[in-house]
Amino acid sequence: MTRFWHHFRYVMGENPVTVVAFGLFGLIVVLALFGPWLAPYDPLATDAARTLAPPSWDHPFGTDQLGRDVLSRVIVATRLDLGIALSAVLLSFALGSALGCAAGFWGGWTDRIVGRLSDTIMAFPLFVLAMGIVAAMGNTVENIIYATAIINLPFYARVSRVETGVRRNAGYVHAARLSGSSDVRILATQLFPNILPPMMVQMSLNMGWAILNAAGLSFIGLGVRPPAAEWGIMVAEGATYIVSGEWWLALFPGAALMIAVFCFNLMGDGLRDLVDPLRRT
Amino acid sequence: MRTKLLQIGGRLLQSLPSIVGIVVISFVLTRALPGDPAVYFAGAMADAESIAQVRKSLGLDRSWVEQFFIYAGNLARGDMGMSLGTGRPVLEELLTRLPASLELTIAGLGLAILIAVPLGILAATRQGSWIDHLCRILVTAGVSLPTFFTGLFLIYAFYYLLGWAASPLGRLDIFYLPPDHVTGFYLIDSLLAGDGEIFWASLRQLVLPAITLGLFALAPIARMTRSAMLGALASDYVRTARANGLSRSTVLVTYALRNAALPVLTTLGMVFSFLLGANVLVEKVFSWPGIGSFAIEALVASDYAAVQGFVLAMALLFVLVNLAIDILLTLVDPRVGLAD
Amino acid sequence: MADHPILKVDDLSVEFRTRHGTVRALDRVSLSVGKGEVVGIVGESGSGKSVTAYTVTGLLDRAGRAVGGSAFYDGMELTGAKESDLRDLRGREFSMIFQNPRAALNPIRPVGKQIEDVLLRHAQAARQDVRAKAIDMLDKVRIVDPAHRYWSYPFELSGGMCQRVMIAIALACDPRLLIADEPTTGLDVTTQKATMDLIAELTRERQMSVVLITHDLGMAAAYCDRILVMQTGEIVEAAPVREMFTRPAHPYTQKLIAASPGPDSSLADLAPDSPPPPNASPNASPVRPAPAAPPSTAPLLEVIDLVKTFPRRDGRSAGWPWKKADPEEAAFRAVDDISFSLARGESLGLVGESGCGKSTTSSIVARLMDATSGDVILDGENITTHAAARFARLPQRTKIQMVFQDPTDSLDPRYSAQDSIAQPLRRLTGLGDRRQIAAEVEALADMVGLPRALLTRLPHQLSGGQKARVGIARAIAVRPLMLILDEPTSALDVSVQAVVLQLLDRLKRELGMSYIFVSHDLNVVRLLCERVIVMNKGRIVETGTADDVLRHPKEPYTKALVDAIPHFEPDRIAAGP
Repeated sequence: MTRFWHHFRYVMGENPVTVVAFGLFGLIVVLALFGPWLAPYDPLATDAARTLAPPSWDHPFGTDQLGRDVLSRVIVATRLDLGIALSAVLLSFALGSALGCAAGFWGGWTDRIVGRLSDTIMAFPLFVLAMGIVAAMGNTVENIIYATAIINLPFYARVSRVETGVRRNAGYVHAARLSGSSDVRILATQLFPNILPPMMVQMSLNMGWAILNAAGLSFIGLGVRPPAAEWGIMVAEGATYIVSGEWWLALFPGAALMIAVFCFNLMGDGLRDLVDPLRRT
Repeated sequence: MRTKLLQIGGRLLQSLPSIVGIVVISFVLTRALPGDPAVYFAGAMADAESIAQVRKSLGLDRSWVEQFFIYAGNLARGDMGMSLGTGRPVLEELLTRLPASLELTIAGLGLAILIAVPLGILAATRQGSWIDHLCRILVTAGVSLPTFFTGLFLIYAFYYLLGWAASPLGRLDIFYLPPDHVTGFYLIDSLLAGDGEIFWASLRQLVLPAITLGLFALAPIARMTRSAMLGALASDYVRTARANGLSRSTVLVTYALRNAALPVLTTLGMVFSFLLGANVLVEKVFSWPGIGSFAIEALVASDYAAVQGFVLAMALLFVLVNLAIDILLTLVDPRVGLAD
Repeated sequence: MADHPILKVDDLSVEFRTRHGTVRALDRVSLSVGKGEVVGIVGESGSGKSVTAYTVTGLLDRAGRAVGGSAFYDGMELTGAKESDLRDLRGREFSMIFQNPRAALNPIRPVGKQIEDVLLRHAQAARQDVRAKAIDMLDKVRIVDPAHRYWSYPFELSGGMCQRVMIAIALACDPRLLIADEPTTGLDVTTQKATMDLIAELTRERQMSVVLITHDLGMAAAYCDRILVMQTGEIVEAAPVREMFTRPAHPYTQKLIAASPGPDSSLADLAPDSPPPPNASPNASPVRPAPAAPPSTAPLLEVIDLVKTFPRRDGRSAGWPWKKADPEEAAFRAVDDISFSLARGESLGLVGESGCGKSTTSSIVARLMDATSGDVILDGENITTHAAARFARLPQRTKIQMVFQDPTDSLDPRYSAQDSIAQPLRRLTGLGDRRQIAAEVEALADMVGLPRALLTRLPHQLSGGQKARVGIARAIAVRPLMLILDEPTSALDVSVQAVVLQLLDRLKRELGMSYIFVSHDLNVVRLLCERVIVMNKGRIVETGTADDVLRHPKEPYTKALVDAIPHFEPDRIAAGP
């Protein structure tokens, strides 16, 4: 464990950008976990007297058309957005990498079927497919998670298939067979951990993309319903007020979105360095 | 030449399974509705008789396989069902609105390519310079920006604050009449009709949404161009070219750029996929009357036939674009067909 | 007329900026190449021989800088010259060829046009006749049907042909100096000879000077007039060929000469100074008791009528899709009906060029792959009846083990040396106790001469020789009866190779193992093996004792193979041509 901690400190020291990214990530996690207690106001509490108030000391992010405090809503929305994205990514990572590894390792029919499935999903413009899935299955948050998981599946399947295929004939795989390991054991305990570094980058980028996806779906009215606090919905509600100059309703949730996605994009390289044995000195 | 034709033929054949896959998934989506599909397709205000009629026309009383063939058969005849909102066939609605979306998407993509490709090339050839840093910042920021957010804030900055841009209310200000329909592209049609005023009016409306879409496409194209160029410039064959004294422009264009173009072309396909999705969002923000807005209205009105028709149409469009890119790649890269 | 040497380097020093600080790649290197002279620069990896060439031609990586000294081409200063001037000189006055020829050619441009590019750039031809000149160059480098090959792409040509194209490009404008950076690495032995002969002939014709950079001392001896030996960025010795091999002055040169196996060297000759490893007792192993003296004369291994076919993948179909495929073309016979046997305690060499089927054969014998037909009988039991996929879990798995060619690729990057060596112990022996396993691993490390402190390191923290030792320790961990060595030293520096070969020989005797030694290098095979099998295109071409096959090859293919090995005999060279 101390070895991992040393390596962690080394990776952080290498690149200041990684520190910033992990710091931001820590902040996001804190907000997601403790949001409801950190928010100054009740995110659902309306106040007819103070609608559309610009940012002030009282309401640093202003209030929206129903008098709700925008800052509180932005903080609380972290949990929902992060939760949706994380669930979707974990789901598609688990399923996609299992399928991809099997396809890359054994080839043959497994490869063909997984390839077909992957190609068929990728034949759709992915956001559009998500729209279609949610419209078909029903307009709930769970279905947003499933839809996002489905459209992300091909990425994991493809990366894991390629990386497994490259390593399938490596000397150490043959050596493991000579040492008495069965194929499944080799795949699970040796090949899979070795393909984790490139998968980490993919996961991190996917997180950012999943957040944008979920927000986009909410923006057009799918998934999350008012009065729930979610960044995409907040931007949608704020959109109508932009043209009349009330910018704070849309800016703050949009900025929160941007920062979260930005953080995940930056984290990709840092995560890979943490997991990659070649980086250890 | 014969091998090239065979390879192109092969590519065409290879897209068939994709089309079949798309039709299958579309079919599954129309049947995945919780409850009785006939009720959904007949609409909220249908009476028992129309529901029964819809059920019969969809073949819901038959087996799955038969249903699928009915569905596929209908599609082949261009029958995607009726739109509840407008009362007209879905296909007709989609075709009417397609030019608007295409004009927007092509404008956005064109803008993005015009900026991103030179930017990526310059960043790769001048590593460490300000252009390289600018490129990297743009790319990292660009992939993080939500499209609808950029659209909104472009409106806020350039319309509300600065007053430079036109009001974000569609393709043409209400004062003007659209030009005579030839292609459906206002820019082209107005030029064909010789009407300069309408041309500029259309252009003014197009600017902000095209920039929004372009910004979205800019980042992945610039990133791939830069990385492909870096890879090509670091390759063994560029080293050989330099070792034999070839001029800078020959090395850059004939040796590096042509090889880098291949992965960039492949990326364009992926970017187009994302663009078709972003299109929907941009059309909502700018009230652009394309198929994206149509789909959003259909979603709100629970017009299922329209939504599924939209998904199918977009997928088919995407397959066509990918096919075009694939054929282009086959023509340009002599190694294509080896890995199969 | 003032006689400048064509190339003169004075006290050149080069530094590289790396993550770990500044590295001095070249330290005050001086050399000179006369007109028409062939100079060889010989060294192992990291010696700086390629860096010298890149610095002189101005192709050094951005991270590298010349920090002292200078280089002159025919009196013109190269160091610090303007890039545009250098560009004029490159290709027209001096040119370079590299290793990995296919990767060094533009993959999407016809090879003929790549020759044209150089001709046009240096104004050696006008647009009208440039194509004829390009085709003429292709002809000069002995490419068959040059007019047709003009349109070929690199991926359509073999490695040897790609190298010829590179030579054509390099010589197109008639430069006076050719720098060849490991031009034959990665090519088959017979192709190597053909390529070097071509270079020698063409450069002699045009009275060009050549700088040949190589790690192969034998090749340098065969083709060069003078040789420079480099070690860690310095030139340690420079002498005409004859002198260098009869009276090598520097200890490193002596070590290199000793370590390069020739037709007469013995194992002991290879590394006379290497210390014997610490005394480890191989017989006190909890895994397997000491090997008893071979009781019977039955062979340990018998391979009977082995055949392996692979379905051919039709990559570039020249025919129409609906024509029925020729059944002969449908499958590729990698191993075409071979039979041989291996006695207990014997070592058998399996020799051939790439694609001859030797690796496929060894994979099948090691039960990593199934044969299409035929039998493999090991220790009296037919092991081909067990499918390869299931063999890993059978007790017979401990009887055959393998040492692989690429030490980097054969170790899991996430496993420490300890983990890699312990893997077969954990899975194939009854040893469950962690301490027992650790003790056994340490004993194995001692046996192969791997310092115990290195056991906790990951592969990327070990040198090539250390990784090779880890691979060997892992292979002998379960005390196999038989070891298959698949080119175990071809990826190693020649001095490291010497030590590893001695280690393998010692282990063979101490542990009573039998070897199958797969290699393309007859000289190396001769050192460890009593008998040799020569394979070509999936068939056995010739068998016999190692000495016999090497000195008196009977078959034409074997003769060509033996001829192609560049070797040097100091007496023969001293006696003169």
